[in-house]
Amino acid sequence: MLLPALVFAFVSLVTLGAAIAVVTNKNILHSAYYLILTFVGVAAVYVMLQAPFIAVVQVLVYVGAIAILIIFAIMLTRRLMSKEMEQHNAQWVPSVVGALALFVVLAWIVYTAGWPVQEGTPPLDPISQLGQDLLTTYLVPFEIASVLLLAALVGAILIGHEKGMRREE
Amino acid sequence: MTIPLNWFLVLAAGLFCIGLFGVLSRRNAIGILMGIELMLNAVNINLVAFWRYLDPANLTGQVFAIFVFAVAAAEVAVGLALVIAIYRNRDTVVVEEIDLLKQ
Repeated sequence: MLLPALVFAFVSLVTLGAAIAVVTNKNILHSAYYLILTFVGVAAVYVMLQAPFIAVVQVLVYVGAIAILIIFAIMLTRRLMSKEMEQHNAQWVPSVVGALALFVVLAWIVYTAGWPVQEGTPPLDPISQLGQDLLTTYLVPFEIASVLLLAALVGAILIGHEKGMRREE
Repeated sequence: MTIPLNWFLVLAAGLFCIGLFGVLSRRNAIGILMGIELMLNAVNINLVAFWRYLDPANLTGQVFAIFVFAVAAAEVAVGLALVIAIYRNRDTVVVEEIDLLKQ
């Protein structure tokens, strides 16, 4: 079976290439566009892993919310980050060396660990199974996640709030 | 399954290291946040790949991935609010110039 390997190679090349463009592009707005491409590539990886719900959530949350939020923030702070400005700091060479070294170590671990791979198929109806799990076994983390999101919402409004914008009384 | 687990893990490792490079070398605070997003995506690929290859009957890996989504959304909302607040007060988003505590 050559086709899945070819699809995997194509998707991973697009994803990693876009990710490299995200961290190296001179124009931060173009970086954000490449970030969207990376997110879509990761969603395709989830489809290959037979996790369609995660893929849909990836597109909704990352592409639909996080990438748009990042583009918003770039446009609100754009004046200072023009293309002529240096985008990388003085320690980028040690950063490359460190990241490459970490990659070599991780790849070595992956290939020597001997994972206990099990042949098996996912549940027939994974989405309803997922919903039941979230509201039974993982109920407490689920509720904590909702509190976390509420706290983040309030915190983001409070931090981003401009003092001069207070209502006159 | 035709694609071995190792391929997915190496892809995630590569994505993580690219994100790490972005976090360490970017001067723009928003660029650093983008690097963090790449690293979180790599973690999620690992979680879903381990679910599919090691324990496909239970959906634990997918549940973990969903919680990572929630935490990532919270993190980026607060992080970008911080960046915009700093920009408003200090007129910069370059992390080297945000050095109030060093002076």
